[in-house]
Amino acid sequence: MADTMLTPSTPTDASGNKIDITQVRTANSMKQQRSLKWLVPTIYIILLMLPIYWLTNMSFKDNQEILSSFSLWPANPTLANYRVIFSDPSWYNGYINSMIYVAMNTVISISVALPAAYAFSRYRFLGDKHMFFWLLSNRMAPAAVFVLPFFQLYSAFGLIDTHIAVALAHCLFNVPLAVWILEGFMSGVPKEIDETAYIDGYSFPKFFIKIFTPLIASGIGVAAFFCFMFSWVELLIARTLTTTDAKPIAAIMTRTVGASGVDWGVLAAAGVLTIIPGALVIYFVRNYIAKGFALGRV
Amino acid sequence: MDKTYNNKAWFLVLPVFVLVALSAIIPIMTVVNYSVQDTFGNNQFFWAGTEWFEDVLSSERFWNSLSRNLLFSFIILSIEIPLGIGIALCMPKKGPWVPVCLVMMALPLLIPWNVVGTIWQIFGRADIGLLGHTLEAIGVDYNYTSNIFDAWVTIIVMDVWHWTSLVVLLCYAGLVSIPDAYYQAARIDGASKLSVFRFIQLPKMRGVLIIAFLLRFMDSFMIYTEPFVLTGGGPGNSTTFMSIDLVKQAIGQFDLGPAAAMSLIYQLIIILICYVFFTVMSHTGSDKPEQGAGE
Repeated sequence: MADTMLTPSTPTDASGNKIDITQVRTANSMKQQRSLKWLVPTIYIILLMLPIYWLTNMSFKDNQEILSSFSLWPANPTLANYRVIFSDPSWYNGYINSMIYVAMNTVISISVALPAAYAFSRYRFLGDKHMFFWLLSNRMAPAAVFVLPFFQLYSAFGLIDTHIAVALAHCLFNVPLAVWILEGFMSGVPKEIDETAYIDGYSFPKFFIKIFTPLIASGIGVAAFFCFMFSWVELLIARTLTTTDAKPIAAIMTRTVGASGVDWGVLAAAGVLTIIPGALVIYFVRNYIAKGFALGRV
Repeated sequence: MDKTYNNKAWFLVLPVFVLVALSAIIPIMTVVNYSVQDTFGNNQFFWAGTEWFEDVLSSERFWNSLSRNLLFSFIILSIEIPLGIGIALCMPKKGPWVPVCLVMMALPLLIPWNVVGTIWQIFGRADIGLLGHTLEAIGVDYNYTSNIFDAWVTIIVMDVWHWTSLVVLLCYAGLVSIPDAYYQAARIDGASKLSVFRFIQLPKMRGVLIIAFLLRFMDSFMIYTEPFVLTGGGPGNSTTFMSIDLVKQAIGQFDLGPAAAMSLIYQLIIILICYVFFTVMSHTGSDKPEQGAGE
């Protein structure tokens, strides 16, 4: 196999001098490449930011300016659009509602996924493979299939328009995801640690909380991040299960289409405000993301 | 790792099982229930057998939205995967710019899906959007609400904008996990950049690439919110994908029987693909991950 031909057994055999020359040469050519290489991610990021920039730009204009003139930056920057959102409870409650059910969902998902992931990473048991596959298949279930039955199920329990209904419904795809990510991290912890702890007289709950959980803290962070992400961006189920009291901000945004046309400024401001929580969360976990992805467990 | 056989582990899995079963099995049974019955209202149901399934499978509407969806998935995969690999290869491996790149690139992934639709709805409008306005200024006739081709292009560009970062992040994670020794060895062997890519980077990215490929396939196959906000499935039915069609049928027209039958067929397609996914995944995970090099 070609791969084995290139395995790192040769470099130590070669004389130091030779390596030096090749390294200098490649360093030079790499420098030349780098001068162009950074352009690719830069252009990509600029293209990514353009629509977001446009939205932000619009959110600082009033409707008159949006519709009448076309400018790359607001001529008279105004915070009026944001003021509308922060002064109207039906607007800002949307953010609070979204935050509440996303937080509930993340806590529920992680706390039930932790023991299950431990079981999958440490034990074989009756039907374990089938169980794992079945869990994952729920991650792949199209939300559209579940909309109607969810509505009927939660109506039957009288849970429509509560935060917990949305949080539980989002568990459908977040719990399998959390189990999957955590299982990956837990399998990286050597089993000897468990055994030593038991020999030292730790009971299972004590071992799990005191020793094991700190060891996979970054895994919990990554799992929580993805639970947050998928619960935050999902709209179809959240919108179906809520009417007024627990309506997510993303669904409230459609209200800007009123009798007098669309209130573009407020719509843009609301859009910008939905980007901010995601940006904050991603900033906090930036160092773990690459690791979480590296496990290939998204 | 050696795993001990212990059926008591079921107790640890039980909470997950109960929770997911509540939101998976009961709703699916409801759907199965509807798919084999007919109703004339008043909660009176009649056994309909496989009638609805035959209806759905013989309806042009179903095949149209299925083929639209497959075409869409095919197009976005053939753009996003190569683009994602390319960008990941060009990203810096270390230094102060790495977290900046990661944060900026991951940003579109965390925007609620209907906001993504809204952003592009605004961006593409000729009167107030940067893209629409610019295209109009340079003389391109562009209108995503009335022209089928423009609507498709907009949806594809939107999806590429939204999801390419996922492929980039996955590939990047695969690339940084390659030990430096591999590159040094390649350098000494005088390997060209192309063969470094072909024989080191690509095989090492195999696992993450499979995941990226399948995740993107699944998610594009279930796409609902973004095209719904952007085009509402139009012009005509030209961007009505499976999920949009399903929701139209179930909630818009309240045709429970056909909608339920379609749900089950849809779910079955996804589970089949998921099974392939899982099989491929567990093979790459357990035995030699370098297998790809020899292929």
